[in-house]
Amino acid sequence: MDWHSIFSQALQQGLGPVAAVYCLAAIGLNVHFGYTGLLNFGQAGFMAVAGYAMSAFVATWGLSFWLGSLVGLVLCAVLALLLGVPTLRLRADYLAIVTIAAAEIIRQTVGSVSLLKYFGGQDGLQSFNATFNDLNPFTGSVGIPGVVSWRPYDFWTLVVCWVLAALCCLVVWALMRSPWGRVLKGIREDEDAVRSLGKNVYAYKMQSLMIGGLIGGLAGIMSALQHSAINPSFFATDTTFFAYTVLLVGGAARVLGPVVGTIVFWFLLSFLDLFFGEATSGTNPLIPDWLMDSNQASLMRFVFMGLALMLLMVYRPQGIFGDRRELALDAR
Amino acid sequence: MHHRPRSHVHRQRFPLTAVLLVLMAVTATLLTGAGPAAAAGPACVKPAPRTDDTIHIQGCLSDTRKKPPAPVPDVKINVEDSTGKVVGKGTSNASGVFDVALPGSSIDNLGKTFTIRIDKASLPEGAALRNPKQVALKVSLKLDSDVFVAFPIGKETSTETGVAVQALQLAVGGLVFALLLAMASLGLSMIFGTTGLTNFAHGELVTFGALVAYGVDALPGTISVAGVNVTVAVAIAVAVVVSGVFGWVNDVALWRPLRRHGTGLVAMMVVSIGLSILLRSVFQYFAGAGTHQYSQFSSPKPYHWGSVLVTPKDIFVVLFSATVLLLVTVALQRTKLGKATRAVADNTALSAASGINVDRVISVVWIVGTALAGLSGVLLGMTQGFDYQVGFKLLLLMFAATVLGGLGTAWGAIVGALVIGLFVEVSTLIVPAELKFVGALVVLIIVLLIRPQGLLGRAQRVG
Repeated sequence: MDWHSIFSQALQQGLGPVAAVYCLAAIGLNVHFGYTGLLNFGQAGFMAVAGYAMSAFVATWGLSFWLGSLVGLVLCAVLALLLGVPTLRLRADYLAIVTIAAAEIIRQTVGSVSLLKYFGGQDGLQSFNATFNDLNPFTGSVGIPGVVSWRPYDFWTLVVCWVLAALCCLVVWALMRSPWGRVLKGIREDEDAVRSLGKNVYAYKMQSLMIGGLIGGLAGIMSALQHSAINPSFFATDTTFFAYTVLLVGGAARVLGPVVGTIVFWFLLSFLDLFFGEATSGTNPLIPDWLMDSNQASLMRFVFMGLALMLLMVYRPQGIFGDRRELALDAR
Repeated sequence: MHHRPRSHVHRQRFPLTAVLLVLMAVTATLLTGAGPAAAAGPACVKPAPRTDDTIHIQGCLSDTRKKPPAPVPDVKINVEDSTGKVVGKGTSNASGVFDVALPGSSIDNLGKTFTIRIDKASLPEGAALRNPKQVALKVSLKLDSDVFVAFPIGKETSTETGVAVQALQLAVGGLVFALLLAMASLGLSMIFGTTGLTNFAHGELVTFGALVAYGVDALPGTISVAGVNVTVAVAIAVAVVVSGVFGWVNDVALWRPLRRHGTGLVAMMVVSIGLSILLRSVFQYFAGAGTHQYSQFSSPKPYHWGSVLVTPKDIFVVLFSATVLLLVTVALQRTKLGKATRAVADNTALSAASGINVDRVISVVWIVGTALAGLSGVLLGMTQGFDYQVGFKLLLLMFAATVLGGLGTAWGAIVGALVIGLFVEVSTLIVPAELKFVGALVVLIIVLLIRPQGLLGRAQRVG
């Protein structure tokens, strides 16, 4: 077993562009769930809206990349409004069900044959990243020699993603120490108490849903750019669940929780993948063939991920960084 | 009313077993009677495998009006890429087989989607595609191997059927689906009602039933009673029992300790997401990613009821699930345990104070709910085949059904599922079939907007 290669590849994933995209998605969820207690299970829907708006603007209509991204983010805010109006007055589980349903509506609609000429059906869209690629200042592979290295385009998306994530963290940090942020945390702890102080809880929740949705939209755009392609399978329900796992590993209601969470999560996930991949390959594999073949090996990481999510929630719901007293997970 | 004699409870149980036995015998006959119809294979012989590095799209055209099916030669086939450009042409040979090589090596074509279009004008006089809308088949290349497709050719089924007949035909399919959805949703709703848990792993309980039955079915040999092959019937029974045990294990090993531990409802919801991912991966570990069908799976000759086609399997599934649903709801209304269940759903603390063993009631709810979900999974697998995420795909519709009917109420889940199931199928009259689930989910959101407590829920504050 080649431990050096396993560790370096896992590290490459942990710091890589995919991890950075999930970091952005989880920062959005942190605003929703960590600070406001809103159980948004439709983050993939926000990602899909912005990602598809940007891609379709460039690839289908031949318009500007920047205009497409802007429209995508505006649409995310509109989606937040549409989702919030019927559900923000309801209990947490209703919001969860409606958001997960909305995300699935969006995914199946953009993937449909009826809209094939706009969104490319199940194959999705390609070749929309020319503007973004032209800005790439890197040439040749970049990284720490012998440890990690990325192709120039990957490194460019990685840098942009992490810079965006840092900016979002900064915004979240500034917002949450403002009076506005304290009201949000108050809503999370006890909605009725905040209401009795004369605050419009509904409006605050709506603003939180919009801000988190916008950050999710950024994640969607970066996800499309990172793959140089977009298709409905990027935005399946599991995408949201992964983002939640990232958030909960790092610790909800902590500014840097999603950052640490995504690095740890993707490191471990690809570590398990590589480990079981190596353990089942070769002529005399570590794990015998009758027990596990290479297809089954690629599933082991999800078995462990599911198990880890359960154990985490039971024994350490505050994640690595969180504060158990602060995080009343049963908030509405 | 609480002092009904115990014998009453037992009297309820007897007809249940009797009905189950009768229904099982019916399945066995319905399924086995249909064997030969599916046994007739196509006349076409697959071309021998090649060793070069290209992918060919191959297929066979056979006329199913003749027995055995006769090959259809000289039909032109075009293969188009995803942009609609024609990349290959072929003509079917004397044995009805066509073979179109794709340009480029296999690596270039992997992951791409191609459309195989049949030239309708080149079909022989009088022959038509059995499904006139299916002039094109889409295939996406996932493996580095040739693709083999089949176009059934036969008498052209009339496209001129009236809207009413079409709606009726869709409603038959809708009813089958709705009843299966109802069985799955009932457990979800009852578990929510008694424990407050929004169980995201409920879809996996449906898949579990389908998988257990598949496991029994795949055992070597067949099980016969008095000369009738009852393997699938036995598989259904085993799946229901094992599912019930699985539900009990779920409760005792996971959810009850969590309730004791004082874990919040949102935390439990996240735990159920973890469980869902875990179980789905384990299912895929053992069952693979492909679609499975049971050994006695066949498409028996449908009955013509007027212009509507109904298969024996449809009739069986409708009768069986309607009976089971009726028995469960009657049990909830009439038996002592059923009343205790509704009392716990209404107010847990008060029912505990009045001497109801809440933990026992919840255990029973888990057992019955999971058994129902498992049964729904087997029957779903019987009607349309199943894969490792058949239940997960159903999860959102189950949520839609329970929310529509009113979360936590048994009748609500059934009514909601009937509405959603029928709506999903009948709506394909207007919306494209690929968007039929979207319609149901839109209904869910609209219902929440105007009547958040659901159709049958009591108007109380839910926020």
